[in-house]
Amino acid sequence: MIEIKALSRKWKTFALDSLDLTIRDGEYFVILGPTGSGKTLLLELIAGFHHPDSGKILINGKDVTNLSPEKRNLAFVYQDYSLFPHMTVKKNIEFGLKMKKLKAPDKLREISEYLNISHLLKRYPLNLSGGEQQRVSLARALVTDPEILMLDEPLSALDPRTQDSAREMLLNVHRKGKLTVLHITHDQTEARIMADKIAVVMDGKLVQVGTPEEIFEKPANDRIADFVGFENVLKGRVLSCEGGLLRIEAEGAVLEATGEAEVGDTVHAGLRPENIVLSKIFTQSSIRNSLKGTVTEVQSLGALVRVRVDCGFPLNVLVTRQSAGEMELAPGVPVYAQFKASSIHVLR
Amino acid sequence: MRMKPIARKSKKLEPLISVFSFLLLVLFLFISVTLANMIIGQLLNDFPGFEAAVKNRNVLRSIFLSLYAGLLATLIALFLGAPTGYILARYDFPGKRLVESIIDVPVVVPHTVAGIALLTVFGSRGLIGEPLVSYIRFSDALPGIVVAMLFVSVPYLANSAREGFKSVNPRLEKAARSLGAPLWKAFFLVTLPLSARHLLVGAIMTWARAISEFGAVVIIAYYPMIGPTLIYERYISYGLSASRPIAVLLILITLTIFIVIRILSAGWSIYDRD
Repeated sequence: MIEIKALSRKWKTFALDSLDLTIRDGEYFVILGPTGSGKTLLLELIAGFHHPDSGKILINGKDVTNLSPEKRNLAFVYQDYSLFPHMTVKKNIEFGLKMKKLKAPDKLREISEYLNISHLLKRYPLNLSGGEQQRVSLARALVTDPEILMLDEPLSALDPRTQDSAREMLLNVHRKGKLTVLHITHDQTEARIMADKIAVVMDGKLVQVGTPEEIFEKPANDRIADFVGFENVLKGRVLSCEGGLLRIEAEGAVLEATGEAEVGDTVHAGLRPENIVLSKIFTQSSIRNSLKGTVTEVQSLGALVRVRVDCGFPLNVLVTRQSAGEMELAPGVPVYAQFKASSIHVLR
Repeated sequence: MRMKPIARKSKKLEPLISVFSFLLLVLFLFISVTLANMIIGQLLNDFPGFEAAVKNRNVLRSIFLSLYAGLLATLIALFLGAPTGYILARYDFPGKRLVESIIDVPVVVPHTVAGIALLTVFGSRGLIGEPLVSYIRFSDALPGIVVAMLFVSVPYLANSAREGFKSVNPRLEKAARSLGAPLWKAFFLVTLPLSARHLLVGAIMTWARAISEFGAVVIIAYYPMIGPTLIYERYISYGLSASRPIAVLLILITLTIFIVIRILSAGWSIYDRD
């Protein structure tokens, strides 16, 4: 278990401010935040590469605040994998074993087979693909049986197809080794798919900690909502509130949403793009909101397509590639954007 | 990473590349014609004079002393300059700019001025020379030559080391430390090998600068004579024909050594080949 207590650190023009955080044993914990929010600094503080100005770091109850990095039994995998270019893959993996004087003759073979890198052992890192480098970096980190595995944006340097298999591999490693994993990323999807728990860091502050459901469905404020993927955040004013159904005037449209607010309140209405249905004709249904608009942009994201619709304000919608094809969605095509009142997350 | 020039089949060169290539040729000719003229002139017009220099023990002793004192100065420069380069590459501290400027001063100071400054510190009545005189003598002695060579050449090593250490991503050291290596092991097993090429180039430049030094050495230690001092002495006493064979011999020896080192180190620090 990692316990961070009132941790503060100023670094250049940047500061982490009085952070409190607990990461339980065996948890896959993701620290999510935009670039420059202090995620890597936090990770490096836990690893011991920086000393905090104040506060404490405890690992399994032991105060490691002033312990040097090599004595913390943490393993680190950096975004660029940081393999030693002058050593073969085998020597890279053996490095930790030698430094920690661990005699484990079968470890190298086992980990190489597990991560499917046995055929790479004699090669040098600069000749490997991104995915191969990542597996080697992971093998090097895991071979010493660390208590905690720390991953600094481990997927960001990989192409989308390799990202999928790498994500799977990291989750397998976590499950199989019952390892505590501390993973930092700026990618909301990555965090949502992988995390048992997420801490959102913004401007050096911990702004929300919770399960992925809590973070993504109930973000604590509009900045978090905007960041975690409520790509549609509309500012509006509550017109009426009857039995938990709010009517909100936002950007010239009137939306119906479930939630609690007072009439006259200024609120933000968060609407996830995958919760919006597009249709070419108006259909009457239990869906409370239906906005008429025109497609302005269609962007392929692999299996999904992001469609931008002008409803008097821009609305981002995610549909499958098949649907986009069947509906012949293209700029200029008129559509109806429909979404349920319960799909709107009202933030005050 | 070794960069390979892009193979172009087109015969037409970009105008900028044509101009740059011409300037490269001018620079190459400026250096090579000056040296080749002296060497070839000597060998064709006065080979017996060159042969006599090769067989002269005083000449050989002076040249050997140049190389030996230069090597000592380079080793000391490595010992002092590499750690200096590491600190300058990795850390920011108040006055860092000043420290970097002062380290560069020996490059810009006229070397006779450097010699005088060194004499006031290491001379028999100098700040350091006087209290140490019963243990080590600098004036007109090997330590004086080494000190003078070190003073004028150490900036090359410190700067090259700094650039070398800067080129190694600090994350590699951090990765090593997270794998259980204390800082000193991370330095010797990761950072130093990856900076080796910069250090080698720095050492070659330092040695080259040391053995070509005359101005500072001649003031603190005229004797025992190093190669450049002997060439100067022969030129002043007997003229060009007496000094040129020694100069040619010195150039040929140093050129051979540098070419051999360059060839031997050609594959250093290139890790993108299996």
